[in-house]
Amino acid sequence: PIPGKLTARERILLLLDPDSFDEYDMFVEHRCSDFGMDSSKNKYPGDSVVTGRGRINGRLAYVFSQRNVLCSGVVPQISLIMGPCAGGAVYSPALTDFTFMVKDTSYLFITGPDVVKSVTNEDVTQEQLGGAKTHTSVSGVAHRAFENDIDALLNLREFFNYLPLSNRDPAPVRECHDPSDRLVPELDMLVPIESTKAYDMLDIIHSIADEREFFEIMPSYARNIVVGFARMNGRTVGIVGNQPKVASGCLDINSSVKGARFVRFCDAFNIPLITFVDVPGFLPGTAQEYGGIIRHGAKLLFAFAEATVPKITIITRKAYGGAYDVMSSKHLRGDANYAWPTAEVAVMGAKGAVQIIFRGKEADAEAEYVDKFANPFPAAMRGFVDDIIQPSTTRVRICHDLDVLASKTQSSPWKKHANIPL
Amino acid sequence: MLGRSSIACILRTLLKTFEKLLIANRGEIACRVIKTCKKMGIKTVAIHSDVDANAVHVKMADEAVCVGPAPTSKSYLNMDAIMEVIKKTRAQAVHPGYGFLSENKEFARRLASEGVTFIGPDTHAIQAMGDKIESKLLAKNAKVNTIPGFDGVVKDADEAVRIAREIGYPVMIKASAGGGGKGMRIAWDDEETREGFRFSSQEAASSFGDDRLLIEKFIDNPRHIEIQVLADKHGNALWLNERECSIQRRNQKVVEEAPSTFLDPETRRAMGEQAVALAKAVKYSSAGTVEFLVDSSKNFYFLEMNTRLQVEHPVTECITGLDLVQEMIRVAKGYPLRHKQADIPINGWAVECRVYAEDPYKSFGLPSIGKLSQYQEPLHVPSVRVDSGIQQGSDISIYYDPMISKLITYGSNRAEALKRMEEALDNYVIRGVAHNISLLREVIIHPRFVQGDISTKFLPEVYPDGFKGKCFWLKCEKHEISVKNSSSVCFFFRIPIAKSKQSSWELSVRLGDGIYPVAVSKDGSSFSVEVDGMKLNVTSEWNLASPLLSVTIDGTQRTIQRLSRNASGDTSIQFLGTVYKLQILTKVAAELSKYMPEKAAEDTSSILRSPMPGAVVAVSVKPGDMVSEGQEICVIEAMKMQNSMIAAKTGKVKAVHCKAGDTVGEGDLLVELE
Repeated sequence: PIPGKLTARERILLLLDPDSFDEYDMFVEHRCSDFGMDSSKNKYPGDSVVTGRGRINGRLAYVFSQRNVLCSGVVPQISLIMGPCAGGAVYSPALTDFTFMVKDTSYLFITGPDVVKSVTNEDVTQEQLGGAKTHTSVSGVAHRAFENDIDALLNLREFFNYLPLSNRDPAPVRECHDPSDRLVPELDMLVPIESTKAYDMLDIIHSIADEREFFEIMPSYARNIVVGFARMNGRTVGIVGNQPKVASGCLDINSSVKGARFVRFCDAFNIPLITFVDVPGFLPGTAQEYGGIIRHGAKLLFAFAEATVPKITIITRKAYGGAYDVMSSKHLRGDANYAWPTAEVAVMGAKGAVQIIFRGKEADAEAEYVDKFANPFPAAMRGFVDDIIQPSTTRVRICHDLDVLASKTQSSPWKKHANIPL
Repeated sequence: MLGRSSIACILRTLLKTFEKLLIANRGEIACRVIKTCKKMGIKTVAIHSDVDANAVHVKMADEAVCVGPAPTSKSYLNMDAIMEVIKKTRAQAVHPGYGFLSENKEFARRLASEGVTFIGPDTHAIQAMGDKIESKLLAKNAKVNTIPGFDGVVKDADEAVRIAREIGYPVMIKASAGGGGKGMRIAWDDEETREGFRFSSQEAASSFGDDRLLIEKFIDNPRHIEIQVLADKHGNALWLNERECSIQRRNQKVVEEAPSTFLDPETRRAMGEQAVALAKAVKYSSAGTVEFLVDSSKNFYFLEMNTRLQVEHPVTECITGLDLVQEMIRVAKGYPLRHKQADIPINGWAVECRVYAEDPYKSFGLPSIGKLSQYQEPLHVPSVRVDSGIQQGSDISIYYDPMISKLITYGSNRAEALKRMEEALDNYVIRGVAHNISLLREVIIHPRFVQGDISTKFLPEVYPDGFKGKCFWLKCEKHEISVKNSSSVCFFFRIPIAKSKQSSWELSVRLGDGIYPVAVSKDGSSFSVEVDGMKLNVTSEWNLASPLLSVTIDGTQRTIQRLSRNASGDTSIQFLGTVYKLQILTKVAAELSKYMPEKAAEDTSSILRSPMPGAVVAVSVKPGDMVSEGQEICVIEAMKMQNSMIAAKTGKVKAVHCKAGDTVGEGDLLVELE
């Protein structure tokens, strides 16, 4: 065995329930005849790939059986990269819903370091070019990185528990000991009084989720937005939240794409979406505009707008301008949109707004603007938020809404497929 | 007929004290004072710093006013701002709590000049007792035992022996000019005194150029026992028995109890009477505490008098039934004491543990900060009192004392109080910050503590290499491990989707360096767990959402706290106070684990990380500087302590990641060497 790597069969043993694996095509051999490859010493039954089906915690899973674009949106597809994967083969994981990698032993690249060197004269190691760190924090190609083979496979089992088996199956419901009417008193004092001070959106997510469990997707990439899976009263939900701790939680190209991809997965597999909003706006600047923030930001807007799953939105603090609109607002067919008392739904922050409106001539205008707009009432009066809720009751409200919305159906006009701005 | 509430109303009018009282403090003591005020029908005003705007004491009080930013010098010690609030809110009296302005004579004076009552003694007593020399003199004059000693020029060895005999052995001899314990010698007889004289006088002359010697009674293995006194403005004073406060770390009390196992009624009375004599000598009014050192032969010596309410006052309240805050308020209003000395009982036994947000594994407690993500006080345990000023979601910040609460249990005897303390500690849920429950839980069941064989050196004596968590001097080690394993193993059986038909598991549990094979089979709601040939039956209600899990292991009920688990099998639980990190894997996964590479740990000698949260006071290097091993690189101040951070090796400074004035968290990178 190669140090640090398990064999394919050992991996399957760990991934699947004991004695549940049924293998297919064990006798298939390669048919390459060039360069002496057809000699009998170069032939192995079940060559290079082990496939079959088995169960993960009692639920059916196929191991490397289908990797087809046509399956996208029909069954959830997950890739786990546990070694080098280069050239055209990288599109196999790239087409699946989630790609996980093993740290230090797995690589993904179109062309390896040798070709890179000969073509561009760039010196780069495999790890720098396509290691787990690169893809989970820089390129956004992979969604999570794990310490080693065992860690990765055990986490894959855990992750599988959140997902439905197909778009026609409901997500599994876990027996829930965490009361759905549990109040979360600490939320009443979580948002700092100074609106410039950061807090951790993960604190909110952990405190409202069943048993504080949250399976985060892409935790190291575009950290100004948090996405991942949790359960509410036993049912799987997708959670999207701006992260005030990183870049004030603003939306930029990377966070828009990260959010959009996640929202579309949830919508495809009927997983309700819960969105926590604290967004000061889109990140300004040439880098963003030249990079096409309009086009990429539109992806998130599009994804939320087209989603027909139950959509519950909680505005915890800032909900400014276009970014407010994008974050699963009422205007994008949100089912239940709430604001905490600390919410500020406005076109922009007081300082900026006053500068534009009065060109710096009105000294007291800022206080007036704060008074008028830095609170959730104007939005509530216009029906943009359905209620202003005590933060401690957030879990109760979400669980109630999910109960009511469980039977939600919404159909779209016939189309071949929508044309999301890519 | 008068209703109960109208009788209470009339009584209140008859015993009227103040309309409105301001509490010049924060945290648990502010909440403690507000509780009594509510009982007495007094309106309360809280003060707070800006970071404390959501604090519990602010919510409890009828009014709350911000007095400044987080640093105490700008808020809780800001006399101008506090005086302003008093004026604005028309508070008639101020309770200072402990710490902050409680023993500040200037504050007491300013209050008096504004006609506001200070709930405490008058400025004269504060001043007299605040001065180490003056208080000793006063004590001597009031015939209170003070540590006998001689400070001056000693002619020869014979004179030294004469002085030592007068004082009584053992004695401590050192050069007067030497600070602290430097050059200190202990003499148990004449011969050792002569020797001590020779060394010390030589040292005095050569090192300090000052011939004076200090010969003082050496108090061997002292206990710290203090007497609570209560005095009024009419010359009456009572002693409310003692508190034993010997369990200390770095001169800070950790576990206190009342009464003390060590005192007999005669000694207690003698100490009480001397304490009262001292109180009367300084015309003391209000509650106060006279601290004594007590040696192994029950000789006691005056240490100091604290002119305020003590942190550990609840144990006295438990055994005497008095509400000390209420008595302080009454006395301040000018009422005479309601009790006679003969009325003061010792009913039962009370123990107090100070629960701190600190890591007991680092020199018995280095502060930890963070948000209390989960917090649940063990109030369902009988006879438990928790004095706290925080709640779930509160921040423990670097600005204030890291005490989370005072956990007090009470019983008809000591054993009962201690048993309840064990249960209370096991059921106390604190998440988000490190805490010292493990240390407290170990101290209260240590055989020496249980026998009452304690002194101020208890912690360093019992844990000479520092506290390392639960140690198995208890019964048989294997049994403890099995209990721990089996109970934590149960978390593994979170069968997320009831479809799995599996009912038995072969597992492997790693705990520390040990790996234990564990076989588990499920039968209804109970599990049969086999560890190392020992078979245990584990039953529980299995509420996996609750942080507390009550399990019955072979008929013995245990409370286990589930702290965390992840998909990789890492599980952490709190059992008997100590946190254990286990890795629970299936047998297959455990066997395959040996093929997994060990990842190289970060080379820590070239990086310097902050060992605790705090503020950077000074940075003494800049990039490019050469530093030698052991050289000071920067100073971190945390909770009143300055900690010198030193270089772990000799090298060139590559980068400096902090500057003076920065706030750093535990583990933050400070300086990198090349």
